[in-house]
Amino acid sequence: MTTRTSPQAAPLRLFSFAAPSRFYALSGLLVPWLWAGAVVMTVLGLYMGFFVAPTDATQGEVYRIIFIHVPAAWMSMLLYLVMAFWAVIGWAFNARLASMVARAIAPTGAMFTFLALWTGALWGRPTWGTYWEWDARMTSELILLFLYLGYIALVNAIDDVRRADNAGALLALVGTVNVPIIYFSVKWWNTLHQGASVSLTAAPKMASTMLTAMLIMTVACWLYAFAVVFMRTRGIILERERDTDWVRALASGGAR
Amino acid sequence: MLVAVVARDLRLAARRRIDALLPLAFFTIGVSLFPFGIGPETQTLRQVAPGVIWVNALLAAMLSVSQLFAGDHADGSLDQMLASGHSPVALAVAKALAHWLLTGAPLVLATPVFALLFDVDGASTLMLVITLLMGTPVMSLLGALGAALTLGLRSAGVLLIIIILPLCVPVIIFGVGAVQAAEAGLGADGHLSLLGALLIATAVGAPVATAAALRIATE
Repeated sequence: MTTRTSPQAAPLRLFSFAAPSRFYALSGLLVPWLWAGAVVMTVLGLYMGFFVAPTDATQGEVYRIIFIHVPAAWMSMLLYLVMAFWAVIGWAFNARLASMVARAIAPTGAMFTFLALWTGALWGRPTWGTYWEWDARMTSELILLFLYLGYIALVNAIDDVRRADNAGALLALVGTVNVPIIYFSVKWWNTLHQGASVSLTAAPKMASTMLTAMLIMTVACWLYAFAVVFMRTRGIILERERDTDWVRALASGGAR
Repeated sequence: MLVAVVARDLRLAARRRIDALLPLAFFTIGVSLFPFGIGPETQTLRQVAPGVIWVNALLAAMLSVSQLFAGDHADGSLDQMLASGHSPVALAVAKALAHWLLTGAPLVLATPVFALLFDVDGASTLMLVITLLMGTPVMSLLGALGAALTLGLRSAGVLLIIIILPLCVPVIIFGVGAVQAAEAGLGADGHLSLLGALLIATAVGAPVATAAALRIATE
């Protein structure tokens, strides 16, 4: 290996940024832009959702919580798959950066799941009359939260980093396989026990402004997730790679 | 090899009979605790009986399964078994089977007594026994996976419950659902079929995952 003064001196290859040092540098450049994008999109999406989108015919103004609830729910499900994907990549190919990214995603995914549950409860109160209704989607979301917490608990309980990464990958994979089974069984359970007189169905037709605002909020959540996950990954990289030259140079030189 | 491992586990358990009966004792106490919390009204108890028995069976299974590989891991025999060249998947199946024979099977046999405590009628008790007979092996199989993942950790017991319980939700849903469907006079065939499907899928998939988890935990 020839020594280079800067990690970017080598020509770019497909897996160039699988190296923690290069990823650290790249993400450091991207994070401010991701935050900026997230803030702009959030302001835009919430403005559209709260002020521009029309009042709903049946629910009035209360429905506007969907502009936070639905993107959060989508992100919670997407992030679980992404987390499992990177964790398995890290396990299969012994790619430690992939495992670090998976660990970084977990808290954000759990946060979105909790946000979806919380906003769902706040939405349920005025519409269903109760904060919690054991309907299929809410219950499955609750179990998804448990799956996230289980992953976080497992990887944090194991001291050996490689074993923790691989065990977490296996757990995330088993969880991914189980999510459809759990969702189906909860749906079955819920339809058979349908005691509630009012069941919430998604608005069949949405005004285009509502849909646009929701999509903008989804993009905003996505950018936020990228920003936060990158920041967390950078922290994990510094922790795990603290014995390498480049981290030592960073720490002592104070370079950005 | 499968038979040898099961026989060994049963022999080891026979040397510590009290320890082997602890899950059953937990099940007994757990089930008996519910009336104190819910009230002795027979109608209510009859309604909640399937759920109470199922959840306690699940907790009893989870509490006892965390030590599934611990003894062998501590004295090194687990490493020997994994290095022996025999299939680690067979080892996982054997361990789960031994756990079921020691914990699940006694639970299933004891269920009619507890159904009596909750004034559940004969036909429903039979359905309860059948569903537990199909569900407790699933719990043992998933529990073995959890035990392999949490091998040697300090907080293995609670951690195992946290990571495996969400995966057991479908089993509870269909197990209790079958009993409730039978009680209501509707056919329980759908529930039983799905329970059977879960059993088959878990029996095929969980030992493979357990073997992978054992490799992760011991390398």
